[in-house]
Amino acid sequence: MYEFNFNRPESIADALAAITDADDGQFMAGGQTMIPVLKQRLAMPSDVVELAKIDDLRGITVDGGWVTIGAMTPHAVVHNSMDVAGAIPALADLAGMIGDPHVRNRGTIGGSVANNDPAADYPAAVVGLGATVVTDRREISGDDFFVDLFETALAEGELITAVRFPVPDKAAYMKFPNPASRYAIVGVFVSQAGGEVRVAVTGAGPCVFRAEKMETALAADFSADAVGNIPVSSDDFNNDIHASAEYRAHLVTVMAKRAVAKAG
Amino acid sequence: MPSVSMTVNGTAVGEEIESRTLLVDFIREQLRLTGTHVGCDTSQCGACVVHVDGISVKSCTMLALQAEGCHVETIESLADGDVLHPMQEAFREHHGLQCGFCTPGMVMTGVAMAQKNPNLTETDVRHGLEGNFCRCTGYQNIVESIVAGARAMQGLGGKNV
Repeated sequence: MYEFNFNRPESIADALAAITDADDGQFMAGGQTMIPVLKQRLAMPSDVVELAKIDDLRGITVDGGWVTIGAMTPHAVVHNSMDVAGAIPALADLAGMIGDPHVRNRGTIGGSVANNDPAADYPAAVVGLGATVVTDRREISGDDFFVDLFETALAEGELITAVRFPVPDKAAYMKFPNPASRYAIVGVFVSQAGGEVRVAVTGAGPCVFRAEKMETALAADFSADAVGNIPVSSDDFNNDIHASAEYRAHLVTVMAKRAVAKAG
Repeated sequence: MPSVSMTVNGTAVGEEIESRTLLVDFIREQLRLTGTHVGCDTSQCGACVVHVDGISVKSCTMLALQAEGCHVETIESLADGDVLHPMQEAFREHHGLQCGFCTPGMVMTGVAMAQKNPNLTETDVRHGLEGNFCRCTGYQNIVESIVAGARAMQGLGGKNV
């Protein structure tokens, strides 16, 4: 790891100022991805602006059909939140499937979403529930937020402050985890809210995407059988030592069926 | 260089360190508490697990500066002189180790699990160990040790598994 200046602001305004003042500043949330990246010297920021002391970035509120989770809320807190479990049990479930207990104690929703790892779990919930990513300057629809591999709609120096999830009628997330890392080889998040069905797939492609044919089929018939025969193309799917593109395509169907069955 | 201060195993410590110093390196190199191990250094293996403000973390994936003002507990905090902590005693009794390299992280993880849920089942323990690797034992005796240790921490006797 290269040396850097370490900043620990206590307000969002101070964090933004620290990034603006730095030659090449980088926000750090829980650090569960960023510290490994720094160790490998894949990034060499002049300044690390760590967000743990900013109270405004923490906490969970449930209000008027929305669950709002502060960007610096760790996965373990979301997983164990009775409020989240009451409003969107699938979201509490998903948070408990990320990494391992120690990683969940440090890793945060804001960090996960901002990083947009192709195998991360939270992007599936953001897109699968039609959530809104709230930043210091605007609100970004989940559908527009994840652009490509590790690429998001965030501008330079823009800070995620919270993620706001609408409460669905029902939802579920199922994933086939890599047995070592627990990253999703494929994960599928399914939700139904009124007449709208969403099916979001993570792990399979360069970044999370919606399986539109499955959504149409489920809107007509919300059952595992409805998605079983929908072909999933492996074009542009990830192909690595963990799983071939074809295997991932197969898993999309299997995980979608399981998620629909679990949502009930 | 920036300075950091925290409480480690009940003792206030303060040092000047480089920003990039990992918590585990601070504990081992600066404080010379070498019970906490570095296994993979890539946040996978859990040999470096310590408690920060009562929460288990991988100290290879946290900067020492992030523990500013925190209470850190390492494996050295558990025993009272020659008297082992109930979780350590359970590992001894149930032979929950072979080479011992992963053991500090296993014990600290077991203590964290038991503090959160005193009535641990075997399934709870197996899930709770997802972030801790042992390359010797096949985990069976580690799981038995943690179930017994959790009971012993409640004063229920650790051998009754």
